Amino acid sequence: MSANHIVKRADFIFKNENDWEEVLTKSLARTPNELINELISSELKGRGGAGFPTGLKWKLTSELKSDEKFVICNADEGEPGTFKDREILSRVPFKVLTAIALCGYVIGAKQGFIYLRGEYFFLQQELKKAISEFEFFCKEIKYDFKINIFMGSGAYICGEETALFESMEGKRGEPRNKPPYPTAYGYLGKPTVINNVETLAHTFTIFKYGSKRFYDLGVQFSRGTKLFSISGDTPKPGIYELELGMSLSDFVDDFGDDDTKAVQVGGASGFLVPRKKFSGTSIGFEGKLVGISLPTGGSMMLFNSSRSMFNVLDNYLNFFAEESCGQCTPCRVGCQQLLKGIKAVKRGEKPASYLDKLLDLAETMQYTAKCGLGQSVANSFTSIVENFREEMIY
Amino acid sequence: MKPITELVKDLADKHGRDRRNLLPILQGVVEQEKYLSEYSMFEIARELDLPVTEVYGTATFYSFLECKKMGKYIIRVCKTITCSMKGERQILLAIQDMLKIKIGETTQDGKFTLLETNCLGFCHKAPAMLINNEVYTELTPEKIREILGSYLHDKIIGGEHVS
Amino acid sequence: MGKKVKITINGQPVEIEKGTSILDAAKQIGVIIPTLCYHKDLCVAGNCRVCVVEIAGQKRLAPACATPCEEGMDVLTNTHKVRNSRKHIIELLLSEHNADCTSCYKNGNCELQLLASEYKIMNQDFIHLVPFRNYTIDDYSPSIIKDDSKCIRCQRCVRTCAELQSVNALTMAYKGEYARVTTFFEKSMNDVICTNCGQCVNHCPTGALVEKNYIEEVWAAISDKNKYVVIQTAPAVRVGLGEELGFDPGARVTGKMVAALKRLGFDAVMDTDFTADLTIMEEGSELLSRLKKALTENDRTIKFPMATSCSPGWIKFIEHLYPEFLDHLSTCKSPQQMFGALVKTYYAKARKLDPEKIISVSVMPCTAKKFEAARPEMHSSGYRDVDYVLTTRELAIMIKQAGIDFARLEDMHFDRLMGESTGAGVIFGSTGGVMEAALRTVYELVTGREVPFDNLNITPVRGAEGIREARIKIEKPRKEWAFLDGVELKCAVAHGLVNAKYIMDKVKAGKADYHFVEFMACPGGCLGGGGQPIPTNPEIRQCRAVAIYAEDEGMPLRKSHENPEIIKIYNDFLGHPLSEVSHHLLHTRYTPRRL
Repeated sequence: MSANHIVKRADFIFKNENDWEEVLTKSLARTPNELINELISSELKGRGGAGFPTGLKWKLTSELKSDEKFVICNADEGEPGTFKDREILSRVPFKVLTAIALCGYVIGAKQGFIYLRGEYFFLQQELKKAISEFEFFCKEIKYDFKINIFMGSGAYICGEETALFESMEGKRGEPRNKPPYPTAYGYLGKPTVINNVETLAHTFTIFKYGSKRFYDLGVQFSRGTKLFSISGDTPKPGIYELELGMSLSDFVDDFGDDDTKAVQVGGASGFLVPRKKFSGTSIGFEGKLVGISLPTGGSMMLFNSSRSMFNVLDNYLNFFAEESCGQCTPCRVGCQQLLKGIKAVKRGEKPASYLDKLLDLAETMQYTAKCGLGQSVANSFTSIVENFREEMIY
Repeated sequence: MKPITELVKDLADKHGRDRRNLLPILQGVVEQEKYLSEYSMFEIARELDLPVTEVYGTATFYSFLECKKMGKYIIRVCKTITCSMKGERQILLAIQDMLKIKIGETTQDGKFTLLETNCLGFCHKAPAMLINNEVYTELTPEKIREILGSYLHDKIIGGEHVS
Repeated sequence: MGKKVKITINGQPVEIEKGTSILDAAKQIGVIIPTLCYHKDLCVAGNCRVCVVEIAGQKRLAPACATPCEEGMDVLTNTHKVRNSRKHIIELLLSEHNADCTSCYKNGNCELQLLASEYKIMNQDFIHLVPFRNYTIDDYSPSIIKDDSKCIRCQRCVRTCAELQSVNALTMAYKGEYARVTTFFEKSMNDVICTNCGQCVNHCPTGALVEKNYIEEVWAAISDKNKYVVIQTAPAVRVGLGEELGFDPGARVTGKMVAALKRLGFDAVMDTDFTADLTIMEEGSELLSRLKKALTENDRTIKFPMATSCSPGWIKFIEHLYPEFLDHLSTCKSPQQMFGALVKTYYAKARKLDPEKIISVSVMPCTAKKFEAARPEMHSSGYRDVDYVLTTRELAIMIKQAGIDFARLEDMHFDRLMGESTGAGVIFGSTGGVMEAALRTVYELVTGREVPFDNLNITPVRGAEGIREARIKIEKPRKEWAFLDGVELKCAVAHGLVNAKYIMDKVKAGKADYHFVEFMACPGGCLGGGGQPIPTNPEIRQCRAVAIYAEDEGMPLRKSHENPEIIKIYNDFLGHPLSEVSHHLLHTRYTPRRL
């Protein structure tokens, strides 16, 4: 780790530690409440993108009475520009398995699942081997816990937690109405904790080193480290574990190609930040540190001046129009209208002022769509159209 | 190759006959057949005591559960942003040129089907594609010719497993 | 009773049971929230998002249909944000909808059109998406037309077919921009397991699913001087038709309906209720004959329960899904088809008409009747027994087209020979009615006494529960029925095919010990049929049921066997129930249908 990086590297998640048995055994010796409090004081927030406090999620589920509960590891990593979860599962699967089992212990679940996206089929064999080794150890220490892999089959929307439950139940991956929330009514209608792969990996770190070690990293509201999937116009694409709270201009200094025009933070459903706003933007959850602060599942896509932002937006909207589940009006029809709308403006079939109508529509989608997918289309749409309006027209 | 009826029965024995076992069973049929025919959906519906439309509605939701006849090797080229920026078009052209098929088509010998797909999660190694379950990354037209060349002779060269 | 919560809607406080939806809470205090995918008969989908409302303190809007009231909620249903969002959503729906309203069958009775009108969607800027799709119109079914270009993906039809009917002819397929309502592998509805019940049509808010109408064909027949056009009217039509013509749900318009039909130019206006009474004679006798064979001759080929066969949706359902149980079905044709077979034989003979010149039309609360009339076996008169089937809705259209001021019509009576009926015939229109009518007659035939229920009202078989059971003990029968002494007749009633499925699964498992079961495809029976006025919902069905039973109570005769025209037809033509003539004209066979 070179010290002259402004953006602070860290090495927790991929650190080669062969002590999962010990972490598991020691943690199982603590009470569920102690583990919950450890998580709560670490201030760990979900690493899938939405940023819900992990400790609270576990706590809510642990408090419910039910004959059956489940832990689900969400490995349906489909957000364009995100590829960290695959890396975690292939390099440090035992950390994740340990975390799943500990979550089961905390909430009172006897079964965990890993919902693995169909695109990552090739991971399945190795992961199965790891699971049987893991279950063997659980048996040895007389901890009754089973983990199964559930394969997806090519549907981005199944990363949405309730769509994922539907998919696991053998149905179309259509998000449910909320409430009820998964903590109370999840897989098969039972209380369920569903966490992103990386979130679970962080809980391993927290249980191993204690919450303080994690809490001391990052900044207020955005504690700890985060894996970033870095791609696009960068000389060093890849996965990096970085401290939260960095400013985007520092990030670009580190990872850009000296010609960075804009950065897409948080994948296609995140925000596009143009060069002039780099210094006013920080990467983390809510709270205002340097201007605006953007939450993220960790995708950072860099675009240099050779890229047409129209093409970028066109690509995103194609993605959303296809990957929307199609059940609710604002998302199903809205995505098609945004996509066809920008093309019509570009071709001169609609006046430039039509973009304002589309911005208005994007806002409606944000207010009215059933799930996070439809609600977040406005993020990239609005940030691209507002910052690169001329590129949309000419 | 098992006959469909037997295949479906075996899959149901293995995974169970609840609704929640539907996806693994569909996947199992696709693994052997590459796609789901009307007949296989009937068999699945019968085995699981589900309405056949439910099987159809569910299957069509998932991009990897094809409902029309596919080639032995299904090529899925990623078209999402980074791959598109890093030369997906050239990759497609190279494949089309070599196999003489357009997107959505299958070669006459039934060996290859060419499709596009959404983000494969290899954006840092774009452009990427899947052939059946194998991932190939940092593609170039030369690499395409090499990979497809080996598939033409049914030699499957290993793809990317860990980045 | 659950816990109460206090919320405010548009500043108005309301105390309501916890868990009640915002939509229902608002309705209670007279605040109307528009809906599209919501239907009282169905589970909540929350898909269309037309019903979004603002909850103070939340950035996002909430769907009123799918959001339960929580203590202290401050709901706003008429803010700029809400109106603007709803407008957008309606605009979006219109952009994927073939809004060629003037050439649409549902013009004037389309929920989307109504919303577009309420919200004054004047400038439809959004790009029209229909031309980008290769939509086709499926009109192969004799009952239902499916036009995908008008579908707004509310999934009411999908939920109807699954939740009410457990038929699952329709499903959502694909996702995103390609998501659509379709059948298995996009086949025609005529080629899949579909019972033609028309509940999807009745629940569709737009013109995506409509009945195949035969209005022009019937007009042509009426104006053809060489044709003698006879119409029969089903029991449930008289308690539904009024709704289409400005009356409140449950209005009884029997006399006006007859008058209107005469004005339309039908040569004879007669009543399906007559053949409903005839059905009771035949089916009741069949039940007794089955009981006799089973109990005295120990005939193992006789299957119980015997199932009614009036509902063509139910018939196609059992043919598809329980083909090994077809011998449970009564062999009696439905009243419509009995009527059709008689009109071109008995009636033609009596009136000295050439049956070839008779056009036999029926008006039914039902779309499956269109399929039934087209069955190849329904030619026992030597001609097609029923030429055209109109729904209640189609008849209302004809009445409007003819410029008839329905409300001002004087009541008229049905024409003779096949126009007389009893209260027993009338109640065929409601779930439980066939059972009640049959019991009134069977009990009396066997014992010589009236059924032991106050005023002949067999209340255990009435009501709205999906499955109802009744047991009647036969005591002191007449000599020829001595073997029934002490036998407890076990009966059940099921309506809505989801309930039919429940009973059939019990039969399949050998766990149904009934003698006789009435099955009706549609919720509420025929009065809730797929051809009835739209909307049909639980409250409206209740109004129609009240009307049906009031009609029954008001009839001088209430037992089928007392109908003088029934007595006459047996004397003059049929001989006796289950006679050879009866078998030829009034009974049928069934076809196992797998796919």
